[in-house]
Amino acid sequence: MQALYAQLLVGLINGSFYALLSLGLAVIFGMLNIINFAHGALYMMGAFVAYFLLNIGGISYWWALLLAPVIVGIFGMILERTMLQWLTGLDHLYGLLLTFGIALIVQGVFQNYFGSSGLPYSIPDQLKGGVNLGFMFLPIYRGWVVIFSLVVCLATWFLIEKTRLGAYLRAATENPTLVRAFGINVPRMITLTYGLGVGLAALAGVLSAPINQVRPLMGADLIIVVFAVVVIGGMGSIMGSIITGFALGVIEGLTKYFYPEASNTVVFVLMVLVLLVKPTGLTGRAA
Amino acid sequence: MPETAMAEAPVTAASGGNILQVRNLEAWYGESHILHGINFDVNAGEVVTLLGRNGAGKTTTLKSIMGIIGKRTGSVKFNNQEIIRTTSDKIARMGIAFCPEERGIFSSLDVKENLLLPPVVRAGGLPLEQIFDLFPNLKERLSSQGTKLSGGEQQMLAIARILRTGASFLMLDEPTEGLAPVIIQQIGHTIARLKKEGFTILLVEQNFRFASTVADRYYVVEHGKIIDGFSNAELAANMDKLHTYLGV
Repeated sequence: MQALYAQLLVGLINGSFYALLSLGLAVIFGMLNIINFAHGALYMMGAFVAYFLLNIGGISYWWALLLAPVIVGIFGMILERTMLQWLTGLDHLYGLLLTFGIALIVQGVFQNYFGSSGLPYSIPDQLKGGVNLGFMFLPIYRGWVVIFSLVVCLATWFLIEKTRLGAYLRAATENPTLVRAFGINVPRMITLTYGLGVGLAALAGVLSAPINQVRPLMGADLIIVVFAVVVIGGMGSIMGSIITGFALGVIEGLTKYFYPEASNTVVFVLMVLVLLVKPTGLTGRAA
Repeated sequence: MPETAMAEAPVTAASGGNILQVRNLEAWYGESHILHGINFDVNAGEVVTLLGRNGAGKTTTLKSIMGIIGKRTGSVKFNNQEIIRTTSDKIARMGIAFCPEERGIFSSLDVKENLLLPPVVRAGGLPLEQIFDLFPNLKERLSSQGTKLSGGEQQMLAIARILRTGASFLMLDEPTEGLAPVIIQQIGHTIARLKKEGFTILLVEQNFRFASTVADRYYVVEHGKIIDGFSNAELAANMDKLHTYLGV
């Protein structure tokens, strides 16, 4: 039983990263109509920025949680202003090629300077240790990652579904021309949305640094699964990406316990099944 | 008809200065050249209607004024300010509001969110109570999904949401299209009341009978040009010509 709970926890942790990343992808796809293949590289940058902040600036994990998403988000907004914005109206393939190219360049640069092995990032003192829950031992940092990710996901959901700013965003996803004709600076909103999606990826990177170490290819490994999550959940829905993210992490964890051989493929098998039955994804809207 | 005739043709029905001045406006959709030199004026407080057959360029004229047509040349002056190169968000903030033919109700927003979506651009918009007074149906359906409303209610919502922004110049593109007579009547009453409140309205209509109940002046658009213009008082005298223009 101990092993089952442990795998469930690992599943929830991975689910947290899936949810944060697929949420950002969904928001970006909605507004920019771009499948952001650079997402994994930006997640990795989040972890590296946290590493630099700590080792060069002496800036703690807590500040990195705030600063890394902002710094990487600004980097993302510069990408959007200088490159992505010119893709408006072009076929999806162009966005895919451009963002994939950006991912390769960013990863290549980091690999050039840091190699492929991991750099250590230690758990902040306040979150070290663990608690015995009776049925299992819970490392505090892992519990923190799950809860904090959940809070950030729900806050993002609230921002988009329940606030005035979110109403602008949803409306501009449907009809940007009309929203602009109401007096809203839609191009600026698109830039900020990209920044938000990228910031979420960077935040996931910071959260993951103490667990998975900081590696140039940490995003490349993860992003393939995240795209499967997004396909399963459907691109259109915010809550859908959050729930699918956590659920698939848990399913993956359970598979590791019951049938370890399939744990690396279960997400992709599910993806195939969903595509066969409901090609728009579980919560997606028809295109 | 030569354009020189146009300059003297329009008769000003309402008081107030010239609020919109369109000169030699040309516009393109991609490669196709739609407007070939549109000239007309709208005075403050007037209801002016653009008449014309399908594809004549009426909607494109409204969209060009609003700044949502990619390529446009010539001159559009709003309150004496040139806006031909201005982006649509800035044009909206100058006080022009647009209600598109397809209504543009957002399906991912509920009725209340749709209603409150356009930001207030200046003081002087209608307060919500007055809007609900004009469109009581909307008040009862505030939490419905925007696109779950009937066609008539969607049209009311599309008009209602631009009334609270403070924009005083409204462009309505075929507000009666596809609606039941009783709802067309309600929209007619609304336009009359808005005129009384001091709004200036540029209307595009195929429904000439409806237009004649609300408009002060008419312009006829054909092949991307204004080919005629007259006031409501001159309507009877121009009936025959109008039938020929519109093919009715």
